[in-house]
Amino acid sequence: MQSSTLKKLDKSKFDEWKAQHLLNRAGFGGTERQISLLTKMGLDKAVEYIVEYARVKDPSPVRAEDFDNDIMRPRTKSEGQMIKKARQDGDEATLETLRQERQRRQRADRKQISEMEEWWLKRLIETPRPLEEKLTLFWHGHFATGYRTIENSFHMYQQNAFFRTNAMGNFKEDLVRGIVHDPAMIQYLNNHQNRKEAPNENLARELMELFTLGEGNGYTEDDIKEGARTLTGYTFEDDAFAFRTRQHDEGVKTIFGRRGQFDGDDFVDLIFTRPSVSTFVIWKLYRFFINDLPHGPTPDATKYVGQLASVFKRSNWKIKNVMKAMLLSEHFYDEENVRSIIKSPIQLIVQAMRTVNPPDRKKLLRTLSLASNLMGQKLFAPPSVKGWDGGRAWISTSTMFMRQNTLLFLLTGQKPDGYAWNADASKYDAISLLGGRTKSPKQAVRYLLTNVLCNPNIQKEREDALLDYLKTQHNVLDNRTVTGLLTLITAMPEYQLS
Amino acid sequence: MTHHHPHENENLSTGNDNTYSRRLFMQQGMVFLSMATTVPTFLQKSAHGIMLPVGSLVSSQAGVPDDRVTVVIQLAGGNDGLNTVVPYGSRDYYNHRSQLAIGAPGSSRSNAGSALSIPGADGIGLHPNLTGLRELIDNGQAAIMQGIGYPNPNRSHFTSTDIWHTGNRSAQGYGWLGKYFDNTCAGKPNPKGSIAIGPKAPLALHGKTQKAVNFETEELFKWAGKDSDDSLATTYDDINRRDSMQGVSKNSQLDFLVRTSLDAQVSSDKIRKAVQVQPLVKYPDGKLAQQLQMIAAMIRAELPTRVYYASLGGFDTHANQLNSHANLMRQVGDSLNAFQKDISTQGNGGKVLTMMFSEFGRRVAQNGSVGTDHGTAAPMFLIGDMVKPGLLGTHPSLTKLDEGDLIYNTDFRQVYATVLNDWMGADDKAILGKSYTKADVLK
Repeated sequence: MQSSTLKKLDKSKFDEWKAQHLLNRAGFGGTERQISLLTKMGLDKAVEYIVEYARVKDPSPVRAEDFDNDIMRPRTKSEGQMIKKARQDGDEATLETLRQERQRRQRADRKQISEMEEWWLKRLIETPRPLEEKLTLFWHGHFATGYRTIENSFHMYQQNAFFRTNAMGNFKEDLVRGIVHDPAMIQYLNNHQNRKEAPNENLARELMELFTLGEGNGYTEDDIKEGARTLTGYTFEDDAFAFRTRQHDEGVKTIFGRRGQFDGDDFVDLIFTRPSVSTFVIWKLYRFFINDLPHGPTPDATKYVGQLASVFKRSNWKIKNVMKAMLLSEHFYDEENVRSIIKSPIQLIVQAMRTVNPPDRKKLLRTLSLASNLMGQKLFAPPSVKGWDGGRAWISTSTMFMRQNTLLFLLTGQKPDGYAWNADASKYDAISLLGGRTKSPKQAVRYLLTNVLCNPNIQKEREDALLDYLKTQHNVLDNRTVTGLLTLITAMPEYQLS
Repeated sequence: MTHHHPHENENLSTGNDNTYSRRLFMQQGMVFLSMATTVPTFLQKSAHGIMLPVGSLVSSQAGVPDDRVTVVIQLAGGNDGLNTVVPYGSRDYYNHRSQLAIGAPGSSRSNAGSALSIPGADGIGLHPNLTGLRELIDNGQAAIMQGIGYPNPNRSHFTSTDIWHTGNRSAQGYGWLGKYFDNTCAGKPNPKGSIAIGPKAPLALHGKTQKAVNFETEELFKWAGKDSDDSLATTYDDINRRDSMQGVSKNSQLDFLVRTSLDAQVSSDKIRKAVQVQPLVKYPDGKLAQQLQMIAAMIRAELPTRVYYASLGGFDTHANQLNSHANLMRQVGDSLNAFQKDISTQGNGGKVLTMMFSEFGRRVAQNGSVGTDHGTAAPMFLIGDMVKPGLLGTHPSLTKLDEGDLIYNTDFRQVYATVLNDWMGADDKAILGKSYTKADVLK
């Protein structure tokens, strides 16, 4: 029986399976030991430990100094004059030098974004605050901005740091207000070109359609036009937000039937008076954390989202209140919702790294970033402002093989791009995953199904298939056969589910 | 279930009652499937002979045969159109490109070589290394469309590529061929769809429901675990070749994944079998030839795939481009030539249309590094028995430029509209969002 209300889970029901589910969804899975620690904490403490992650020390805090903010800096005045003069004089040699200098900077910047990709992937894998990174990834998909368009890695870094700082913050005041002041987003949605005399509607439209209200939910085309006027002059200078009064339209605007000399910040306030603002983002959180609903909203989900939306509204848009209520609710742990989400490529990779503990292979992070891209998710490069579609859109026959082969790489060193000469033969100490205790083939299989597949209730035919494999190997449990079991388990259709 | 199936031992089975249907899929695996949601239904229906005629899924227009194939080739990086289709009759061409201009046919004054003439064309020839393409023109199998572009051109590789792939000036939305598949099946995905050769399926093939199959080489379109330990093969197949599982409800997440897995295995078998066949002609070396050889093999094996996608990189020739561009031209001409001969020898000359484009051309004037920078309009190529052969349209002016760039005279979406409507039998307006004047390029 599905529970559709925010009713809290009965404390006595919070067992290892529930703790494992909590860790998979609020983070990226974990080891047997981590799950047993959470189980011992009990429901309330476990949820508090995960949600109040700021109390956990971050061993490698994010530092802006780690990245170069100068690569794509704007031209200085004297450089600008130099170009102007060279153009006037037809001075090809100078123009050529400047052109080459720009190309050099672009190359350096592409290198930096690629390093950032690895840096974030490493954080995702290593963080002691999984929910912080998981929410950062959620916001990256929600307020999607792509490097390819803005070609400024430092702005992407700043946005990433902004999402992390405000991951559990106030949706209205921190996140939405912040994003209309964010240089990367401003450039991505052309708001730096949004001027009084030539308005650009891109940011105003997506602010309502994709970030807060949902398409067609309580606004009109006129509201977009007028909203765009409020955002005129919202631009950036170098790495910071800038408001240009001369480009800002001071006139009276009419939005949602209300008239005033609104600016962009007033526009944000007005949006949050619309009824659909509370449910839109809750649905997105629901699909990300609870169930990706391949057949659309169910009545139970709709009822639950309605209740969570009231919590959201009553709290004045605090994400933390929503996350706490969600992770404590019976509905979140409902059988129907367990293993109901198709893992994103990042979830697949990070969860594998955190649960099977493979050796640190040659160019591990580079290979995994590439693999994630080939599976359809490149960090800092969502396919459009809509972010990643998620759910079944992750899966095609091609990405299915890519997923299986990426896991194979972690376990055996065989590269997912097929270049065998590039393989890394570092041996995986698979046997230690069994926890050092002697196990019968059956125990070993059950153990791996529980801890790696997170699905001890799997069909008997699956368990039999694995036992049959061991039988052909004379029931020997060693590094080779346990690795074999793991490659088979991670190649199961079931493994794609979280 | 207590019956004993006599053929169980020859099978991958663990002895459950899926054995029979699995065998059936593998033997009859007549349909190549790229989209998983509908797979088993289609397979089961076809196995029972009640599947709808193929044509009703693919074409929306009466009278368009259902076995037509479109091959799209992207020359990635921005091919230098002016040194591909050479305006040797223009003085401006030589003025702008003192070290790069290719001489008139027969002349010996340029170290960039002398152009190949195009029958019936005056003052316009081909890059000297495009002998393979020239032969296709002579055979009446290749058309060159000049001055193709779009309004307000964008010079970023990524954005301009996205514009070409979506057919949308905003560079947003689904791919034009993805939308074709979404559209032709009344909202239902065409399970046969498209195959792209490459590590990632291009945007052009992404639809709302349509997902392309893609692989760099057929060896990567499979699970590699058997290579490292072949004792895993039987169990892997047992796990991944099931059409359903007991206790798993239809169209649940797991059911969807189980069916996609089976689909992947069946597709992989068929593709790998198809491309292992010796080609009918000899292909040159190089990445493009390799891709086209695989595509020709899949066409020959009669996979029901309707769109294939190949691409060749290296066209971003900012510096010292003479040699590198000449090598690319050799590869392009010879690969197209071999591919078309293969297709014709197969007897598929009338069934396969190849379209080749680049995201933009290059600047008219050479730059300071004996290369060329990102430009705008460029030629497009259509190849096959159904094209009006030779040089079509007019060459863009080299005198009247827009800030040093060529001004296009034909929108690439006119070509898309022609291919979609006249060749693929689709509603071009529904796919491109607007009606474009057709380009006069097909017989």
